[in-house]
Amino acid sequence: MSDKEIKNLEEIFEARIARDEKIEPKDWMPEKYRKTHIRQMSQHAHSEIVGMLPEGNWITRAPSLRRKAALLAKVQDEAGHGLYLYSACETLGISRDEMYEQLHTGKAKYSSIFNYPTVTWADMGAIGWLVDGAAIINQVPLCNTSFGPYARAMVRVCKEESFHQRQGYEIMLKLCNGTPEQKEMAQDALNRWWWPSLMMLGPTDAESIHTEQSMKWKLKRKSNDELRQQFIDQTVPQADILGLTIPDPDLKFNEETGSYDFGEIDWDEFWQVVKGHGPSNKKRMKARVGAWEEGAWVRDAAMAYAEKQEKKKLKKVS
Amino acid sequence: MKQNKNLYNYIIGIADNSLILAQRLGELCGHGPTLETDIAGTNISLDLIGQARNYYQYAAKVQNEGKTEDDLAFLRLENQYRNVLLVEQPNEHFGYVMGRQYLFDVFHLMFLSEMLQSKDETLAAIAKKGIKEVSYHKRFSGDWIKRLGDGTEESNHNIQEAIDELWAYTDELFDQTEADKAMIAEGIGVDTSKLKEKYYEEVSILLKEATIEVPERKYFIKGGKKGVHSEHMGYILTEMQYMQRTYPNMEW
Amino acid sequence: MNQDFLVLCLESGSVAVLIQKHTNMSKNWPLWEIFVRSKNGLEHRHFGSLHAADADMALENARDVYTRRSEGVSIWVVESKNITASNPEHNGELFEPAQDKVYRHPTFYDLPDEVKHM
Repeated sequence: MSDKEIKNLEEIFEARIARDEKIEPKDWMPEKYRKTHIRQMSQHAHSEIVGMLPEGNWITRAPSLRRKAALLAKVQDEAGHGLYLYSACETLGISRDEMYEQLHTGKAKYSSIFNYPTVTWADMGAIGWLVDGAAIINQVPLCNTSFGPYARAMVRVCKEESFHQRQGYEIMLKLCNGTPEQKEMAQDALNRWWWPSLMMLGPTDAESIHTEQSMKWKLKRKSNDELRQQFIDQTVPQADILGLTIPDPDLKFNEETGSYDFGEIDWDEFWQVVKGHGPSNKKRMKARVGAWEEGAWVRDAAMAYAEKQEKKKLKKVS
Repeated sequence: MKQNKNLYNYIIGIADNSLILAQRLGELCGHGPTLETDIAGTNISLDLIGQARNYYQYAAKVQNEGKTEDDLAFLRLENQYRNVLLVEQPNEHFGYVMGRQYLFDVFHLMFLSEMLQSKDETLAAIAKKGIKEVSYHKRFSGDWIKRLGDGTEESNHNIQEAIDELWAYTDELFDQTEADKAMIAEGIGVDTSKLKEKYYEEVSILLKEATIEVPERKYFIKGGKKGVHSEHMGYILTEMQYMQRTYPNMEW
Repeated sequence: MNQDFLVLCLESGSVAVLIQKHTNMSKNWPLWEIFVRSKNGLEHRHFGSLHAADADMALENARDVYTRRSEGVSIWVVESKNITASNPEHNGELFEPAQDKVYRHPTFYDLPDEVKHM
């Protein structure tokens, strides 16, 4: 294909997206579109499965049977969501194993928030409330993104995830209405998870390289800073109901804008964690790589068994 | 009064099996060989927690001391847990996980099928719901036993190792405590002695199909049903009871 | 010896032998497409995909992955490679010729309003 022909195809392609048409896997697409989607969707999938670990850390210690079941179901959903997203990504011609390989070698990133440790039960509340809260803000617009398989996966994810944030907030409510010790536990969790949650919505617009292109392809509807503001505006009143204090002395309602002004985010910390220097990066990767390597003989056994059965079937037929 | 005590002990024995196995499976969530097996294992764990809750709620009612399901699940001493040793065995590798599961599932399904006839309506109702769940557990674990047994040389070795070790805990499934005997006499409990032959027959058929050698063992390890557990149990409880012990008398 | 399997590292006097995991020996579980009937009376609908070593496992995995919230009463699984899909590049010749055959639709025929039940 000549450059001119490609340019023409690209124009038709962009026009389709602009008309809100969906792109399906076998449709022609610019190489950059394919690559960007593989990157974003696989990162999203990785975030789901690495995200299982900090919460998985509390399954065996959940303080009641009801909480244990809810937490298990939530972590299980995350596995499911990872699976939906890997599958959607596979329609673009990359295998799940290749994506794992990229994760395990550090080539692919995942949400940096999961590199923070979960040290108390209240962290289960804070993660559900704040981390899932921020994730929902990011994810809901993706239900309408241009790539069909991604949009469909996100519809399912969003539908299932609606209980996650409520589950977390309920944990916080219970703590805040409990003993002083419990309330302190809740405040401590908010103190630790607040800033990482804000960072989770991505670097400031000035530093974000992908935004413009992502907007065009409907991978994004609002900029990182807009999403962050939306998150803060909706979360502060929720903290008030809990009777907790947001750990930001500069946080103040701005009558003019109708939004909350907030303090400086420590972006150095963000980049350090992204680069692998966070408190739990190593532990998380070790767990993922370990599960994959220790499971190799199991996966091989299942394949070998399937092949043997297939041969037996063929023999019977002939 | 004595009857209530026996019924309470009887229910607790069944409940603890489900709870401790669910706890073991819960440890694995996020660490399995594939995402698909993670999701399946979690489903089994959730079924078992659901069953355990029903049993504990009923036991608390029978006991009539104002305790909750969580008091019973989290606040007993180690020797008051009456689960069989099999379910507390650790997740050494996937072969142990599936071996433990299958060896328990076969028993569990036979047990619940009998409990369906219990004169105690609550237990019969719990059994009715549980049978569907456990039928699936057995199908799932049984399929995996076949895959591992008749898969690769390595997998055959691993599952054989697990079955050999776990086999020592199977006989306890059929042991009867005082409470068990009393409840059998009342037509409430399941006479497990009648299940034993069928159990080993069914398990042996599947193991052979999976090209796994059926262990020959005359001496079995027991104790859980009497409250004498393996060294693993203390650690299981340390984790499970951590919150309840560290922050007594709080609601979560 | 294949260097994929054995890499010899000589570093400042110390010799380290690294045996690389022979990952290419493992065959990956194939991909399956999952179709679920959400209730009797409705058709099976494509729900998504997953990995499984064989059809039985695909069914079990589909049950655990796609019907956790009572979404289905029946499941079909098909290995993805067995699906033949039309090529979007041929969409013109495949689907456009149907567009002008308006006489296949009831609205093509003019009848007076008085005619009922038709």
